Amino acid sequence: MISCDEAAIICNKRQYKEASLGEKLKLILHLLFCKACSKFSKKNAELTVLCDKAPLHCIPEKDKVIMKNKLQKRF
Amino acid sequence: MEKRQLHPEKWVDQYADYLFNYAVARINNAELAKDLVQETFFAGLKSANNYKGAAAERTWLIAILKRKVIDHYRKINSQKGKAEVRMNYSSHSDSDGDWLEEQIADPLSTLENDPIENEELGLAIQECITRLPKKQSLVFSMKTIQGMSTEDICKELGINPSNLWVMIHRARTALMGCLNQNWFKL
Repeated sequence: MISCDEAAIICNKRQYKEASLGEKLKLILHLLFCKACSKFSKKNAELTVLCDKAPLHCIPEKDKVIMKNKLQKRF
Repeated sequence: MEKRQLHPEKWVDQYADYLFNYAVARINNAELAKDLVQETFFAGLKSANNYKGAAAERTWLIAILKRKVIDHYRKINSQKGKAEVRMNYSSHSDSDGDWLEEQIADPLSTLENDPIENEELGLAIQECITRLPKKQSLVFSMKTIQGMSTEDICKELGINPSNLWVMIHRARTALMGCLNQNWFKL
């Protein structure tokens, strides 16, 4: 059996489709017995749905650095 | 009430992505949107003396950005030859028929609310991301929004995968709580 911490990590990996088959099996087994993790898993999946649904954009970090520098010059 | 003050040195970290999302939704061009955000910061700095603290910093910056977006459209519309707007009766230009009946809005449809609601959702998520500690928001954005691979992020930030997953875990847990407050309880 895996611990709840390990289960949470696998659950997160799964949101990004990066959990291996073995990990997924371990997680599913854990979820059968652990109510708290089942709830977390459900919430986590909901968050993924929300993030996929919303048109999210962000400025890459290196562009932000450029922005900051340009702005700082005008202080 | 405590007097609000501007903190331009924090603007990029705190509002750049939020403003960027707002601009991209209206301009539909990432490069241009980025320029407008930068210009908004410049303009904000220039007129910082006019800030009376009546609105929150972000609201004030959004108001400036809004003007920038409008100016952008004015500018491209004033360019010769582009002022003319041509509209086809429908996207399938060769279909002719009972056009009035075809074009009428379906009163029962809620479909057109989706893009609006999703934009608001995007801004709510972005606001929650901004509240995260810097490192967590960075990792979460790279992974979820930019869709970078675990390996690339680890290389760029000099962390190991288990670090990354712990940060993702903290970020996601915090976001669930934040969205519960900001989105589901509106």
